[in-house]
Amino acid sequence: MRTSFWTQATAITKRDLMRERRSGEVLWVTLPFGAIALLLIPIAIGTDRPTLRAIGIGMYWVIVMLFGVLIAVRQAHTESQAQRDVVALTGIDPAAGYVGRVIASFLFLIGFEAVLAVVTIALYDVPLDGWAWMPLVMVLVGLGLSLLGTLAASIVSTGRSASALVPLLVAPLSVPLLIGATQTFEAIRLGRSSLTWTLMMTIVILLLAIAGVLSARTLQES
Amino acid sequence: MRAGATHILRDITLNVEPGEAVGVFGTNGAGKTTLLRLLATLLKPATGTGTILGADLSSDERYEVRPRIGYVGHVPGLYPEMTLDENLSFIASAMAIDHDAVLSSLAAVGLAGASDRRAEVCSHGMQRRAEFARILMTEPEFLLLDEPHSALDGNAVDLVDDLVRRTVNAGGAAVLVSHERTRVEKLATYSVEIKGGTLS
Repeated sequence: MRTSFWTQATAITKRDLMRERRSGEVLWVTLPFGAIALLLIPIAIGTDRPTLRAIGIGMYWVIVMLFGVLIAVRQAHTESQAQRDVVALTGIDPAAGYVGRVIASFLFLIGFEAVLAVVTIALYDVPLDGWAWMPLVMVLVGLGLSLLGTLAASIVSTGRSASALVPLLVAPLSVPLLIGATQTFEAIRLGRSSLTWTLMMTIVILLLAIAGVLSARTLQES
Repeated sequence: MRAGATHILRDITLNVEPGEAVGVFGTNGAGKTTLLRLLATLLKPATGTGTILGADLSSDERYEVRPRIGYVGHVPGLYPEMTLDENLSFIASAMAIDHDAVLSSLAAVGLAGASDRRAEVCSHGMQRRAEFARILMTEPEFLLLDEPHSALDGNAVDLVDDLVRRTVNAGGAAVLVSHERTRVEKLATYSVEIKGGTLS
């Protein structure tokens, strides 16, 4: 019996969550390093409160992007050809596989962003006005990075240099998300509308989702 | 079948009818595994035509027949962090198979007591058994086995032979790639040799 698209996607998501629960790569490696990076900046530039307040939100998004890329692309080096063959032969729709992996990455990234947000508030004493927008921007960035990282991992997953290539590919392409996230808060700080920036992020996400779903079958074959 | 400008397989003509098991022999690098992955629809031929379970190898029809194919490669496709039960349960959930089938398949290959053991701490032989448990669970019509007897003890070897016989007797088919001629020739309806990417 053939299972539905969402049953297949859910199976892939559950698999990725289970693998992460066992390996602890995000929880015990990437997350602490992200938090340490946020901690090192005040040590490096000094603890001048106005300076830290001014750069806090920007630093947060830079760290989220840099370390988030590693979370989003981790599957490029955690799935072997033999494992991909087994999944392909279950008859899982490659698009469902893509969506399932994106959902798992998104959940990791949302958790990662939430923890780092708390660390940023604690270390940088950032003003909390405009933070009502934070959940929306976190979702947009998490989704954008997940879509981009999963797509890039699929493109180079069969290459020998996949683990090195994917972050190099994803980091520059995630810049629109970084700009969107930082400018949303800058607009709020200046009392302007941030709609343009969130709209830009939404369009990037939609385009990535379409590209990922449409290319999933071709990429599985490559 | 090409990799860049190099032909890995060329001029291959192979006909496997229902009820047949075909042995494929050849030296390392002859193209045996590539042939098997091609038959498993995991690779697309650069030229020529092929039909697997009625599906054209070059068209999207091949995606539809994949769940009816049972492929065991020489490298286990298990996730090392997951237990044997979790590995098979993942496949079962994607294919709408009951969890009871997971447990009975593991029991059938002698792994009932190791179902909650992570794949990474299992021996290569146990991992191979788990791969065959996956095949038992999915009940494929077309078996594609790469070195089916490798790393298996006597009981497991008999189990694999039984799986091939049962599939073939039920009207399915099998292609067995191996170095162990004697063992495979006992199971095979006929055998072919692959040399330099060409069948003889």
